[in-house]
Amino acid sequence: MNMSWALVIWLSAGAYVFKMLGFVVVGSRKLPDVLSRCLMLIPAALLAALVFNSSFTSGQSYAIDERAIGLGVAIIAAWRKLPLIVVVILGAATTAFLRAL
Amino acid sequence: MKFRLEPEVRPVVTSALALSGAVGVFALAFGVLAVGAGANVWQACALSFFTFTGASQMSAMTVIGTGGSVGGALGGALLLAGRNGVYGLALSPYFNESLGKRLLAAHFVIDETTAMMTAQTNPRLQKIAFWTTAIALFSLWNLGTLLGAVLGSAIDPHTFGLDVGFTAAYVAMLFPHLKTVNGRFAAAGGALISVVLAPFVPIGLPILASGLAIFVGLRPTDSSATAEAVQ
Repeated sequence: MNMSWALVIWLSAGAYVFKMLGFVVVGSRKLPDVLSRCLMLIPAALLAALVFNSSFTSGQSYAIDERAIGLGVAIIAAWRKLPLIVVVILGAATTAFLRAL
Repeated sequence: MKFRLEPEVRPVVTSALALSGAVGVFALAFGVLAVGAGANVWQACALSFFTFTGASQMSAMTVIGTGGSVGGALGGALLLAGRNGVYGLALSPYFNESLGKRLLAAHFVIDETTAMMTAQTNPRLQKIAFWTTAIALFSLWNLGTLLGAVLGSAIDPHTFGLDVGFTAAYVAMLFPHLKTVNGRFAAAGGALISVVLAPFVPIGLPILASGLAIFVGLRPTDSSATAEAVQ
């Protein structure tokens, strides 16, 4: 595992700089429309990447296993607008069940 | 004890507390998942206290949990944190306080406080909405993380499918972004990039590279999509 305090410190510092940049430094000056339009798409692009990358790869190779089924269940649950915690539990429980078989 | 809020303030405070309660449960999940990915209890808590922006915290832990480097984890997480900068732009016109107070308020500029504040129309209620949400949500986010991390230390993450718990949380967080055409294009592009690059570059980098998909925003479309996403 590569978890370290350096990650905690750099991520915290970086996240604060971003929060402050827009809020304090740039202030009420206006960003070009096209720029803020692109920036607002970051969560869509990255969240989808996290979902697919962590479901279908293992290290640097492709893998289709219990995780894919857990993902399928989570997608149905989220699509049915179930609360986030229920989506998490269903995804994890499905995978845990299949791994235990 | 007699403590009553004015009629116009009450719904603001109630919804801030309800939202914070829900986020607190999410924090519990984050705590469990973070220790599952290799953080200790203190590191999980420090992330929630100092980084205080959920999607970035989770993204970093996912990359670490799958064997990525610190640099790889930071890249994607910081890109996700970048959107708070955009929220700050939207909120700063409402804040005309001293620099010190603005520097403090900046720490609380996240999805939820932005949504709560921009939902109000008069300046006084906007301020009440921002600070009630900030204080309640920050408290419950940190409390939830601590409880989750302690609980998570007691179980084996793989056996309990916690890695997919992370994925499931992303799925739930992704859905609201799929309402706009650009959001759907960005999501499809990001997913494609992250999977196609996986065999060729170090772990974590595909997540960062998926950020390139935001350039679908260059398409000349309705600018209302941006305003919608901020709210």
